[in-house]
Amino acid sequence: MNHQHSPVLATSTPLLQLQGIAYAPENREILRDVSLELHSGQILTVIGPNGAGKTTLIKIAMGLVSPSAGSVQRVPGLRIGYMPQRLQVEATMPIQVERFLRLGPAAQSQRLREALEEVGAPHVLKSSLNTLSGGELQRVLLARALLHEPQLLVLDEPTQGVDLKGQAELYRLITRIRDRHQCAVLMVSHDLHLVMSSTDEVICLNQHVCCHGHPEQVSNDPAYLELFGKRNVEAVALYTHHHNHHHDLTGCVVKEHKHEHP
Amino acid sequence: MMADFLIRAVLAGLVLAVVAGPLGCFIVWRRMAYFGDTLAHSALLGISLSLLFQVNVQLAVILACCGVALALVFLERRRSLATDTLLGILAHSSLALGLVLLSFTDNRIDLMAFLFGDLLAVSAQELWVMVVGGLLSCAVLARFWNPLLALTLHQELAQVEGLPVARLRLLLMLVMAVVVAVSMKIVGVLLITSLLIIPPAAARRFANSPEQMALGASAIGCIAVLLGIGASWWWDTPTGPSIVVVAALLYLVGSLPGGKR
Repeated sequence: MNHQHSPVLATSTPLLQLQGIAYAPENREILRDVSLELHSGQILTVIGPNGAGKTTLIKIAMGLVSPSAGSVQRVPGLRIGYMPQRLQVEATMPIQVERFLRLGPAAQSQRLREALEEVGAPHVLKSSLNTLSGGELQRVLLARALLHEPQLLVLDEPTQGVDLKGQAELYRLITRIRDRHQCAVLMVSHDLHLVMSSTDEVICLNQHVCCHGHPEQVSNDPAYLELFGKRNVEAVALYTHHHNHHHDLTGCVVKEHKHEHP
Repeated sequence: MMADFLIRAVLAGLVLAVVAGPLGCFIVWRRMAYFGDTLAHSALLGISLSLLFQVNVQLAVILACCGVALALVFLERRRSLATDTLLGILAHSSLALGLVLLSFTDNRIDLMAFLFGDLLAVSAQELWVMVVGGLLSCAVLARFWNPLLALTLHQELAQVEGLPVARLRLLLMLVMAVVVAVSMKIVGVLLITSLLIIPPAAARRFANSPEQMALGASAIGCIAVLLGIGASWWWDTPTGPSIVVVAALLYLVGSLPGGKR
């Protein structure tokens, strides 16, 4: 991608660079000619309909899947924090959040609490993983991804199983995390209207890159309108408004933080 | 004054119960019960091969079980069929092949002993193989406990975090193959899986952590072995099935409404 919108980002070497990625297992084409690059502090959102190859693309980016063609370049020793689409905990598995977080890369108890506090779910430390709500489980997964100070956060539909209000809250949380850690974020989403305000760049994917750029730019792109349908997009535009406060998991009003950017 | 064969039977049963606790938990969590059955069926192929080629039975069974485990890994990688279909093919073709090969041997073996176990006939040498195989399996499970748990909870997350997931899965399969192979004499080919899954299922209700569930399953397995052998001694019932019946009763009692949580 040649497009760079921030002068700070343009000078750094990308953390992650994908070029001409194709993926076609057993001649079934899933991805063709996808390129992207990601710098630290940048949030890149991949949107697209079901079956567009979004999850496959991020798995290729992380090295879980080998592409059929194209190149993947990651900065050597890149620390990746991965938040999978969802965690299905077997009912037969008795495990508390604290133990679950400990299964990741070694971390001190203090660090576990910090990570849970950061994602706004400190109260679930001793809860059983089976009893968490959708929103709580997503936050625990995010906390685990944060545990080893990732340079790159990869989030696969981070708001899966979360209600609409909680979704907006989670996206704001992701932006706050980016601001605080200056990590890069690569995430998959299907709702552009919700990620609009929290992403720097959008790739609209349907097996190939339909369009890419600023969220505003993409939302007016004919390719995007065609893919998602004009009517849907208009309905979505009505939703774009701002709250003067938001709520944490327990329903308490949380003050908006002002972020100081150097 | 207890007879030697009874002491050997108790020791062999306890060794199996102890290792079956943690191993069985993984089978329950990962839904691998059918894989256990497949291994058990392939054990019969091992028996036939040992008779044909005049080699040690336990060794042949361990090799046959490991061979089937490796075959499954290989076939799964090609992903042409669903895993349960592959398991069905492996289980029944190895069982059938075992029975066919058996007809070529002159030995008139007691098929019942292999199908339902013959715990009271465990020899000192067989006991040693069980103790070594059981302790080795326990040691491997303890050493790789956390990575195996991480793998069980979310394979790709574990992979991104740097765990060698393919090797861990193979390791778990091979441990299962060894345990099924060495414990065949205790409850027999048809009942082995039950001793791997009933104690963890019974322990689940009382456990707050994976470790509690594993230790609880071992304890419940030991109780089932002792009571089962006792029942077999007093009422002259078949030993292996008696152990399984006691385990099932313990599960039922634990599942009654009321108790803790």
